[in-house]
Amino acid sequence: MKIVVCVSHVPDTATRIKVGSDGKTIDPSGVTYIINPYDEYAVEEALKTKEKIGSGEVNVISLGSEHNKETIRKALAMGADGGILLKDDTLRDSIGVAKALAEEIKSSGAQLVFMGKQSVDYDNSIVGQLTAELIGYNCVPVCVKLDMDGDKITAEREIEGGREIIETSLPVIITCQKGLNEPRYASLKGIMAAKKKTIEEKTPEPYSPTSEIIKIHLPPGKQPGRIVGSDASAVPELVKLLKEEAKVI
Amino acid sequence: MTNKILAVLEQREGQIKRFGFEAASAAANLAKELNASAEAVVVGNEISNINEISKFGITKVYHLKNPDLAIYSSTGYTDAISGFANEAGYNLVVISNTALGKDLAPRLAVRLNASCVVDCIKFNVSGNDIVFTRPTYAGKALIDVKLLSEKKIITIRPNVFKAEVVENASPAEIDVKEIADVNLKCKVVSFKKSEGKLDVAEADIIVSGGRGMKGPENFHLIEELADSLGAAVGASRAVVDAGWRPHNEQVGQTGKTVSPSLYVACGISGAIQHLAGMSSSKYIVAINKDKDAPIFSVADYGITGDVFEIIPALTAEIKKIKQ
Repeated sequence: MKIVVCVSHVPDTATRIKVGSDGKTIDPSGVTYIINPYDEYAVEEALKTKEKIGSGEVNVISLGSEHNKETIRKALAMGADGGILLKDDTLRDSIGVAKALAEEIKSSGAQLVFMGKQSVDYDNSIVGQLTAELIGYNCVPVCVKLDMDGDKITAEREIEGGREIIETSLPVIITCQKGLNEPRYASLKGIMAAKKKTIEEKTPEPYSPTSEIIKIHLPPGKQPGRIVGSDASAVPELVKLLKEEAKVI
Repeated sequence: MTNKILAVLEQREGQIKRFGFEAASAAANLAKELNASAEAVVVGNEISNINEISKFGITKVYHLKNPDLAIYSSTGYTDAISGFANEAGYNLVVISNTALGKDLAPRLAVRLNASCVVDCIKFNVSGNDIVFTRPTYAGKALIDVKLLSEKKIITIRPNVFKAEVVENASPAEIDVKEIADVNLKCKVVSFKKSEGKLDVAEADIIVSGGRGMKGPENFHLIEELADSLGAAVGASRAVVDAGWRPHNEQVGQTGKTVSPSLYVACGISGAIQHLAGMSSSKYIVAINKDKDAPIFSVADYGITGDVFEIIPALTAEIKKIKQ
């Protein structure tokens, strides 16, 4: 079976965000880029599924610039078979990302697609659903457990207060949430092998955006609060403040 | 020009949820500013509180009805709502950014050929233009976005737009539309409730514990304090990764971004990823023995001391005033 994993190349979660000179994107200087953390669960689940079936091919797709190759290599080092860079240096909105991915997934004929439930940069968490809808695939977003039996899929998806158990079938896009699995570390052998694997470059169809970022700005800073005390004797005062000043209890 | 607005009301177990009414209220407010009309739609079988919609400035509500739609199905709901909305010609759809909203909004965007912005915390109308503000990088930054398509779909962050009661509202007209063929290609067959009583994503008060709690065996202190406040239990990434707490309690950049009225951080130092996920809470209390911990930079009130002494005292004091 052909399996596709979509990965994005994002600033490390420890990044302190500074507004870039264009006022619309972040200042990339000093920022370390990593594979989107949720995409690691996607790579792991794809590899696990292939191992379970006993045959198949896992291909990694990433949309973006030349730099995304680092992230593709990371997935290759974990064990993916091949990588495709959909080369586009422009910033696309979610619909634009989904269109490029949809095009590639459709032409690859992959029946099973994994991606992170969201990218930790723009946090939209809608690319999986958009992509699925564009090519008529089923989709289970925010998946924490997956079982496959032939083309039948049983998946657990996290929602408020619990998990929905969903039954659907291939072809399907699964967006992965922490808890789905424990991503493997790339072995030295894997890292060496990844260096030899070729990453194919393709140019996606041009896209005219459906939304426009006017500006990026930092949230208003918070004034440091009040230290009420340094032991349990401060508790009555704290409770009084919460009740009478903040009025939250 | 935006002149027909539709609020999608989320229901679970036949009851429209509070977040559904927030979407209704936001739609009614947008309608006022854009000089447009606002209507609402709910998908399901029996809806017990559908009449309550009148209170939130909506004069007409459509009920897309079928027993197979009682429980959410992404395919069933997408077909039902997109069919209805395309025919009726809505050009702005408002949904709450819950698990259901996040699933449904992008699907509707494709079906309606609309542009989409999710998790909005603010909108600014000037003339026919709307600028939406939403958090990115887990809240470390905000972006202002304009949607360029004629049709627009937005989701709004829960707990940010209040469900505002309109005085002396006349009863809303309810139009029931029976839905014939339900597409159940994606079907929810059951629901597993999580162990915690309340989910951090929905709670108005959250009590979170971090590595300063020293071990999973001490989290009963957090649970007891949460119980006394009617709060949900949250956790830092460190304690989730250590296996002390389940992942659905994790607050922060690779967990949930929350904005409750009150967030009590116990034994949490405040890594940047954690602060990003909770600093938009209305009030923050920090209890930590390290007075230099970054958590105090966002806290409104702090106690710099031993969590094992302070948390039980706080629980006792809360119980006392709640009696």
